Amino acid sequence: MALRGITKRFPGVVANHDIDITVRRGTVHALVGENGAGKSTLMKILYGMQRPDEGTIAIDGEQVSFKGPAEAIARGIGMVHQHFMLADNLTVLENVVLGAEKAHGIGARARRRIAELSDTYGLNVRPDALVEDIGVADRQRVEILKVLYRGARTLILDEPTAVLVPQEVDALFHNLRGLTAEGLTVLFISHKLGEVLSVADAITVIRRGTTVGSVLPAETDPKRLAELMVGSELPTPATRESTVTDEPMLTVSGLHLSGTDSDGLRREVLADIDFTIHRGEVMGIAGVEGNGQAELVEAVMGIRTPDGGSVTLDGEEISTASTRRRREAGIGYVPEDRHRHALLLDAPLWENRMLGHVTEPPNSRGPWLTGGQARADTRRIVEEYDVRTPGIEVTAGSLSGGNQQKLIVGREMSHQPKVLIAAHPTRGVDVGAQAQIWDEIRRARHEGLAVLLISADLDELIGLSDSLRVMYRGRLVADADPATITPEELGTAMTGTASGHLTAEGAETAEPAEPADAAEPAEPADSSGAAEGSGAVAETTENDTPADGSGTPDGNDAEGGAR
Amino acid sequence: MKAGGFLTEERREKLVLGGAAPLLALVTAMAITSLVMLLTGDNPFTAFSVMLDFGIKSDSQVWILNKAIPYYLSAVAVAIGFRMNLFNIGVDGQYRVAAFFAAVVGGALSLPGFVQIPVILLVAMVCGGIWAGIAGYLKATRGVSEVITTIMLNFIAGSLIAYFLKEGRLAEREGNIVHTPDIPGSSHFFEFATSVQPIHGTVLLALLIGVAYWFVLSRTRFGFDLRAVGRSESAAEASGVSVTRTVVTAMLLSGAVAGLVGMPTLLNESGNYGNDFPEGLGFTGIAIALLGRNHAIGMGFAALLWAFLERTGTQLEFEGFDQEIVGVMQGIIVLSVVVAYELVRRWGVRRQQRLVGEKLARARKSDNDQAEVSA
Repeated sequence: MALRGITKRFPGVVANHDIDITVRRGTVHALVGENGAGKSTLMKILYGMQRPDEGTIAIDGEQVSFKGPAEAIARGIGMVHQHFMLADNLTVLENVVLGAEKAHGIGARARRRIAELSDTYGLNVRPDALVEDIGVADRQRVEILKVLYRGARTLILDEPTAVLVPQEVDALFHNLRGLTAEGLTVLFISHKLGEVLSVADAITVIRRGTTVGSVLPAETDPKRLAELMVGSELPTPATRESTVTDEPMLTVSGLHLSGTDSDGLRREVLADIDFTIHRGEVMGIAGVEGNGQAELVEAVMGIRTPDGGSVTLDGEEISTASTRRRREAGIGYVPEDRHRHALLLDAPLWENRMLGHVTEPPNSRGPWLTGGQARADTRRIVEEYDVRTPGIEVTAGSLSGGNQQKLIVGREMSHQPKVLIAAHPTRGVDVGAQAQIWDEIRRARHEGLAVLLISADLDELIGLSDSLRVMYRGRLVADADPATITPEELGTAMTGTASGHLTAEGAETAEPAEPADAAEPAEPADSSGAAEGSGAVAETTENDTPADGSGTPDGNDAEGGAR
Repeated sequence: MKAGGFLTEERREKLVLGGAAPLLALVTAMAITSLVMLLTGDNPFTAFSVMLDFGIKSDSQVWILNKAIPYYLSAVAVAIGFRMNLFNIGVDGQYRVAAFFAAVVGGALSLPGFVQIPVILLVAMVCGGIWAGIAGYLKATRGVSEVITTIMLNFIAGSLIAYFLKEGRLAEREGNIVHTPDIPGSSHFFEFATSVQPIHGTVLLALLIGVAYWFVLSRTRFGFDLRAVGRSESAAEASGVSVTRTVVTAMLLSGAVAGLVGMPTLLNESGNYGNDFPEGLGFTGIAIALLGRNHAIGMGFAALLWAFLERTGTQLEFEGFDQEIVGVMQGIIVLSVVVAYELVRRWGVRRQQRLVGEKLARARKSDNDQAEVSA
């Protein structure tokens, strides 16, 4: 399969230009790049969900052009989406057959075919289990089986490891090798370099919408790959001098939350959460996603009501306060999913500036809104935080992800928060905006802000935090000193194999059975602090733009509204 | 400096976009209606001129204005729901229950007008609010879709009124009409005398509600919360808005305004609630809210247009046209409105994204220039 000169223009978002990739049959080909580099767009083009503006796709030397996913499937291309598309209330068998009834009917023939595929590729699925009863890794195998059942010879996997714990990642990689051994081709999208290096036969790096290089795993290492991904100079999240004081800002003690799972069973989501964040301290929480971090944030914000425990903000007990009250008391919140929780996508920027702070000046006086002041302040945020927008009347939805996030950070910082809860603050954000957001967090920390930082980016966690906790199955199982721990050690701890205080030696005592697949690659330790400042500025000027062409006047023929 | 230039341009554009959609819809609707009339062998231009001639006669103007009052109130009631993504189909039941009990209370009391009229209005608003509040409560606590509950409550309202509207219960018989006891004349709403029929004083009530609707939604914190919930429930929740409370409040407000829909009829025309009391105003309100884009002034124009069509429709019959053509016209207008708004909205989004893209391209260019200078 070969892609040549693929270009896709969108207004306002990163797209692709001049993509060149050649994938050999029977290999695992990894496509790496930062969040927002344009990997997903490229995959959508390949899968027929988007049509390229320029360029060609050739399969087995034959040029193809897909009008929709159905045509891509017909040519043997299948996609496993990052978010599973399964019907929970149907069995595995029914899910696999759903929509592909023509292939092998819905009865014994289909069952035989599923068993056959499952055996051939070692997928080990139980056809009669209800999807809602099986785990995440099993669901992923069902997705893969679904694609195979439709006759795919080329599988696209979009960030398949994001939801898996390391053991499951290993099992997945084993499955993938089984597929390639049978002559199938796997296109593996990820930004986790450690995983990519361990599973891929060939690697293509995408940066800012274009292919910047193809390498073989044997000839590279995580550091060089990371540099290729972000450009020559890596911005580093490292904070230098400590600003931690002994004045507690946010104290959480004995927090406990249980939820009901799909079987109606009570299940502990959070248990025995105790921590204190001081003035000027950044506390990072590491953990594989889905171990209770999101619930912890929501419990601290008052969006979820915990069963027990207390939350104290700067000496004030806020355990039963409403979300609005907590925000007014001085908690800033940068949610994980900015589209769902931080923005009104259809509303203009200045109304988004009000969101979450509508009871505070400059947004309102008493019960009345003060739109003029809010507009003026929005202009200030746009200016100070370098939000790239033609004006404050445009809707939030038309900005690129990085600019949306800068607006959100600007908004939260504008109310002098005592505590900032930042969940994945730089996820899906380009390098320039990332450096700006880090700078902003560092600056506020210097002025006495306490930060609860949740991130899947271990370098960000280690670099920004003054103290680290590891979360596993709803508990804070270990703590670590960011000055001494490495991403690999932290990654190992995230699998739940370590407890207590992690030191460089302590990590070795943790069962070494788990390779540090979950870990992000090591940040080059030698990227000097002095270079970081100027490097970040240079990145800023170059990075925050969508791919070439999307901004030029001919951008109006591009398909807008695709988002 | 640049931002200011963009601003005015954006505002102008917003106005143009706002006006373009209804205009596009009306032109499309007229074209399609003309086609329908041509197909049925009528001359559309004669029909349109008949409608225009008759519609601008002074007695027609008064009729249209009076008819538009309940339409407008009904549209506002629906629009309050729309603005927070609630579809209150139950305005119909709400205003009938409200008007019925307001009529019962009004007929039973004989207080001075300046006391009794507010009492009647209050009873109507409370009854409408309660009726809508049931749906709001079920939605907030049990997650029951308000579409389902309000439709069912419409039927229940009908049965409830039918039960009480009987001789010996809460009503009396007068010929074929069974109605509640008459409200004393002193409690009728005032009217503005004209050379033809008087204009209902309740027009001021409608104006007041319209202004309050605009003000509360766009100028108060509560209105912001309500719109935030309408745009994104999850974002509103994370921002500190209590979604359940906003849902209930919005339904109560919607119902209270719905309660007023029957007042122009009750206090300016009939003076009682009989089995000839107008029905279906709630559904008309949905169409008018759609046509007026939930906008306080837009809905005013839409209500007048609707009343104009109904008024002139009767005249078309005298001129030998099929009266149904007005119903066809109304239906086509609503359909074209929905389509046209969506088209214009998409066009606006695309245009905005392009503007953002251009801005980014320019910024990049100037950055590059600067880089060259510094280098």
